Amino acid sequence: MTDARIITGNQAAALAARLCDVQVIAAYPITPQSQLAEMLSLYVESGQLRAEYVRVEGEHSAMTVCIGASTVGARVFTATSSNGLLYMHEQLHWAAGSRLPIVMCCVNRGVGAPWSIFNDQQDSLAQRDTGWIQMYCRDNQEILDTIIQAYRIAETVYAPVMVCYDGFVLSHTMMPVVSPTPAAVRKFLPPYKPHTILDSNNPMTINSVLLPNRRPDAEGVLCDGYMEMRYKLQNALNRSPETIREVNRQYAEAFGRDHGGMLWTHRTEDAEVILTSMGSLAAEATVAADALREEGIKAGVVGIRVFRPFPEKKEVVAAYRNAKAIILFEKSVSYGYEGGLCSDLKAAFYGSGINAAIHDHVAGLGGRDVKARELVEAVKSSLARIAEGERELNTTWLNCHTE
Amino acid sequence: MKKKDENISAMCKPTVGEAGRTGDWRDLRPVIDHSKCTPFVKKKAACYLCWLYCPEAVVKAGIPVEIDLEYCKGCGICAEECPSRAISMVREDKCND
Repeated sequence: MTDARIITGNQAAALAARLCDVQVIAAYPITPQSQLAEMLSLYVESGQLRAEYVRVEGEHSAMTVCIGASTVGARVFTATSSNGLLYMHEQLHWAAGSRLPIVMCCVNRGVGAPWSIFNDQQDSLAQRDTGWIQMYCRDNQEILDTIIQAYRIAETVYAPVMVCYDGFVLSHTMMPVVSPTPAAVRKFLPPYKPHTILDSNNPMTINSVLLPNRRPDAEGVLCDGYMEMRYKLQNALNRSPETIREVNRQYAEAFGRDHGGMLWTHRTEDAEVILTSMGSLAAEATVAADALREEGIKAGVVGIRVFRPFPEKKEVVAAYRNAKAIILFEKSVSYGYEGGLCSDLKAAFYGSGINAAIHDHVAGLGGRDVKARELVEAVKSSLARIAEGERELNTTWLNCHTE
Repeated sequence: MKKKDENISAMCKPTVGEAGRTGDWRDLRPVIDHSKCTPFVKKKAACYLCWLYCPEAVVKAGIPVEIDLEYCKGCGICAEECPSRAISMVREDKCND
């Protein structure tokens, strides 16, 4: 019998961590992640999960505990939001540079100042260059499935994975979620094999200072310098799309749910206008695209599931090849320029022959609601301006009083 | 063929010479005047403050005291700490070798 439950995004994430047999959890509560931390401590205290829950005094320490535990061979989990993630920023670089397969949920929330507890994606977008793989979820089922996939991906490519889902919109909204059996998850996810392990019988120093150049060690092996180590991280992330797609394929085969590998499409075959976004807003865009089609506008959606590594040029170009207009909706902005997704997408099109008009929207910052019908209106307004010859459009702040 | 560094994170073994011949960083060389050095004068294990304070552990606490110039970076802490002023720091280009 199928184990279907009506649960929140946070509960789905906690359930996924339990199914993955995580051994060490270190998390500090922050809205809207708190319920996830509470669920995990409940699992540990009630004996439903045989794991160590380390109570820490902040997010910087939470990630530090995860790094330590992962270094000695434990499968670890943490979660945070917003300013908690920003506080963790330094340790995010340490986790990636040490090539530790840590999985963390970022329950997306706007960052201060001014204070907001509500959803946008500025927190995780600001971690773009830390060397973490970033995956964005559309609904609660995808949260559960993506976390299970994230451990397989992380432990294959030896890079940490951030599973991002929108605060309140998903974290506190109840939806039906199908849970795989623990046995099936164990079959899909073999135990974690660390690439190096700290062991008192074979003492090693980890992450000691590396000098600008390579150096011979005591045994005469020419050891990598800082740049070589950093190149290995870049190489691992650049090559990870293959793993991400393969893990997604195998997951779909085992559990019957395919969330797309690096990106997913909705009615793009003949689409002349393509809407693009990440997370729950991308799901909303599919509703908008369907409504646009009812009005005779050939609309489709490309949802970016993995933001880092960015989907490869070939896959991006194939997804958008027939589009005459591309309309983006982003819950973050790179201040002083435009939305980060928009910049990356334009860069992927360079030299590809795609010369569609691209219109970027910053939407839903600090929890401002974005409805499908508002996306429809935004697309129609963009198309009207493009039809008048305005191909270079400045970023629009949707539903924002800018006068 | 030379062995390649297979590590994907920076790992090293805590052994002598793991970071290369760090002595070639040195500008100032510690030169011991044994006629002033307490263990040498008293002919017994004594003092060894140079050995205790050396941050690179390149001082050998024997009679006489020896400094491993392969790895001594020339920081001068031994000269600073020596109570009998037996160690002087001499510019490498003024040393006769």
